[in-house]
Amino acid sequence: MLGKLSLSAIPFDVPILVGTFIGVAVIGIAVLGLVTYFGKWGYLWREWLTSVDHKKLGVMYIILAIVMLFRGFADAIMMRTQLALAYAGNPGYLPPHHYDQIFSAHGTIMIFFMAMAFMTGLMNVVVPLQIGARDVAFPFLNSLSFYMTLVSAVLINISLFIGEFAQAGWLVYPPLSEMQFSPGVGVDYYIWAVQLSGVGTLLTGVNFFTTIVKMRAPGMGWMHMPIFTWTAFCTTVLILVSFPVLTVTLGMLSLDRYLGMHFFTNDGGGNVMLYLSMIWTWGHPEVYILILPAFGVFSEVTSTFSRKPLFGYNTMVYATCSIMVLSFVVWVHHFFTMGAGANVNTFFGIMTMVIAVPTGVKIFNWLFTMYKGRVEFTAPMYWTIGFMITFSIGGMTGVMMAMPAADWILHNSLFLIAHFHNVIIGGVYFGYIAGMGFWFPKSFGFKLNEAWGKRAFWCWFIGFYLAFVPLYILGLEGMTRRMNHYDNPDWYPWLLVAEAGAIVIALGIVCQLTQLYVSIRDRNLPENLDLTGDPWNGRTLEWAVSSPPPHYNFAVIPDVHGIDSFHTEKQLGRRGYNKPLEPIHMPKNTSAGFFVGVFSFLLGFGSIWYIWWLAALGLVGIAATVILRSANRDIDYYVPVSEISHDEEAYSRRIAAAQAAE
Amino acid sequence: MSQGHTSAAGESHGSYSAYFIGFVLAVILTVASFAAVMMHLLPPGATLGALAVLAIVQIVVHLVFFLHLNSRSEQGWNLMAFLFAAGSVVILIGGTMFIMHDTAINMMSR
Amino acid sequence: MAHEATMSPHGHAADHGEHHHESPVVFGFWLYLMTDCILFGSIFAAFAVLRNQFAGGPSGKELFDLTNVGIETAILLFSSITYGFASLSAAAKNKTMLLVWLAVTFVLGLSFVGLEVSEFSHMIAEGNGPDRSAFLSAFFTLVGTHGLHVTCGLIWMVVLMVQVLGPQGLSQRMISKLTCLSLFWHFLDIVWICVFSFVYLAGVM
Repeated sequence: MLGKLSLSAIPFDVPILVGTFIGVAVIGIAVLGLVTYFGKWGYLWREWLTSVDHKKLGVMYIILAIVMLFRGFADAIMMRTQLALAYAGNPGYLPPHHYDQIFSAHGTIMIFFMAMAFMTGLMNVVVPLQIGARDVAFPFLNSLSFYMTLVSAVLINISLFIGEFAQAGWLVYPPLSEMQFSPGVGVDYYIWAVQLSGVGTLLTGVNFFTTIVKMRAPGMGWMHMPIFTWTAFCTTVLILVSFPVLTVTLGMLSLDRYLGMHFFTNDGGGNVMLYLSMIWTWGHPEVYILILPAFGVFSEVTSTFSRKPLFGYNTMVYATCSIMVLSFVVWVHHFFTMGAGANVNTFFGIMTMVIAVPTGVKIFNWLFTMYKGRVEFTAPMYWTIGFMITFSIGGMTGVMMAMPAADWILHNSLFLIAHFHNVIIGGVYFGYIAGMGFWFPKSFGFKLNEAWGKRAFWCWFIGFYLAFVPLYILGLEGMTRRMNHYDNPDWYPWLLVAEAGAIVIALGIVCQLTQLYVSIRDRNLPENLDLTGDPWNGRTLEWAVSSPPPHYNFAVIPDVHGIDSFHTEKQLGRRGYNKPLEPIHMPKNTSAGFFVGVFSFLLGFGSIWYIWWLAALGLVGIAATVILRSANRDIDYYVPVSEISHDEEAYSRRIAAAQAAE
Repeated sequence: MSQGHTSAAGESHGSYSAYFIGFVLAVILTVASFAAVMMHLLPPGATLGALAVLAIVQIVVHLVFFLHLNSRSEQGWNLMAFLFAAGSVVILIGGTMFIMHDTAINMMSR
Repeated sequence: MAHEATMSPHGHAADHGEHHHESPVVFGFWLYLMTDCILFGSIFAAFAVLRNQFAGGPSGKELFDLTNVGIETAILLFSSITYGFASLSAAAKNKTMLLVWLAVTFVLGLSFVGLEVSEFSHMIAEGNGPDRSAFLSAFFTLVGTHGLHVTCGLIWMVVLMVQVLGPQGLSQRMISKLTCLSLFWHFLDIVWICVFSFVYLAGVM
């Protein structure tokens, strides 16, 4: 009846987990209690949970990403603390069984549920506004994608308290992840969480590709698109190309585990190296899926706060597109040591060095955008400049490892760990936080606090170098990754420095939380309010509407005449539109995405624990919900002109108030 | 109906004659593939080559006559997406085989 | 799949359907098919690598029955053209003929799945199931994934047949759905071309 599930699956004997569970339960009950106390369930359900509005889905994605950041960071600081303690006679406080789960969960959560969710959230908030569209092409699919991501995140976190998580690293390499060596449910948790969120990501890819191809405002040619939209477009292409490979690879691993097949087993003719090749065929494009939108953010931020058009818009577009193509022919550099011959390693080594070229071009574009600009040092600009320095270092260590000969020394050492954190924190994370600060007023109508934002930046920036430069050194000294304990006295001081770095980063996260708190508290102060919808004197279309925008985004779809059309119009003193208002066709909210999510959760949970009736129920539920949804004809409506003109008048009054205040 | 019905988006539903032409071509190509293998007309290497060529031609036939793929529908985006996907598949399969073959030789694991 | 309300500049539901609308549904579905193409490409890549890993078990030459494959191929080819006729009937707003052709396609598809299931169960009964060798794992996964797609297509076909009889009739939205299924169905035929060429025919050489 309950498959493998029994009371013994709950880790009562691990005090850290019991404590965590109590903490999560208290916070959870407090949140639910507050919602009930203020009677907000109906509001939450109608306005958020069933919403198909890309702006609200984007906000929910980013909230999920921030919560997952806490989880992932908790894992990180636990690992650093373990290594700061576990020297010589001291075994540390984390036994290997627990430690291995932590490093696996850290990577999985940070990539799939922090970075991917943040990226999707930013794309949701920004892309339709930037191209002058009223929503994405498939609003219901958008809600469905969100719920697939959400339930996967829930699934992966439930593994803390019911059963265990994978102990085979964030990409669960076989044969360790095969049934023979990982008989527990950990790898199954990994597989189902990643597969379900992968479905969501794939649908997001289809959705945004279609949106960008088909729904740009009239006049917005390809070379008129804002750079963030360009990078989002290239990211969706990479999603469409690479995620099916991930699905297949993990699918074959699950067939090995569930049906005893022999894709990646040691016996029966299976081939472990095939897994490496296939998972990285997805894995390398994935890196660029994450970083390209961050490049887009930096481009928008740099040009807005330098008060100049982006230097070399065309080269930026070409560089983005060449990265998009090249990222699909470099995957072997993740496993040069696997044993392929010189031909393979040379080819992929050279391609890896080639892909550094367009990235370098971009760095110069940003530098020349700032050159002779009137640079305004806001918090997003801090993150951008911090990125340029940090990412350049990370890129150069990457090129070092692109040499197969050097990689044979550095592979799987802490040098590698330092390298990819250097590009992922210094590139992806800095970028998304810059983007969050930049577009926050658009979503909520008030700005984030600058002082706390800058404090957060300094903590992250200094903390990053303290935490990861020692890792470069440790890597060169021969320390490998995923180590639970060590005896080498040379390593010990560096690991203490790295621990200090992690603590400084923790302070950075505290500053970010304080920033959110202070900003919300002071939201009505005149210097924080964004009445005009254009707080930064922006260049692209998202700043042409009120903050927060009406749910239909644009009262009248704007006409576009070139790059940064909105900025040009402002220079010419033209704002607004001179067309009559018409009723606007919009999709209705729907709970179908929510229910597909719930049933997917049952499918995943049932399959992880071999509770087959539950899995079947989930599968039938998904099919039934989708079929019912497809039979529903009451899916859209028209926003009446009276409502639109009411919104528009309110917006005009706010602009007038802002002008009067100046 | 010989021109086929074309909707605003430029996607064609085809016509009876187009489906018949496609069907006949597909049958000929399929039979040729089966015959090449079952009647041992060519040496193994050449048979494999013939199979590949026949399969590619038949895929094109299906795309044109059954899926109505052309450079006009959706401003060519359908065709572009297909070519990009096909290119990716070529990189994927070719790359995997290149890497795994080379590894097998180098590691003498075969 | 592809049944969604969409954000085309002019809506097509709510019976404002007097002008001819450009819907992104078919294009979005085409993109999904391209990802499916890569999905099958990945399985083909795995099959290509593992095709000779028999682990002492039987090879394709000993297992495959080309007559059976020939019949399966013929069935799928016929079902392609019958679906084509269904599309033409839908375009001509002929609901009866549409349903007839869809039913014929459904029966053909079902017999294809039936033949495949019997082939699989035969092999498994003889001890040559997917857990026998890496080659058989790849074979069952590749052919089975195609069969699973066909099965999904059959379920989808039934749903659409019921919906055509319902209040949606042959609305623009319904035509979009039929077009999507048409692309899906013909696409599966293309995958099958690769399966019979590179798995079965190349396997018995």
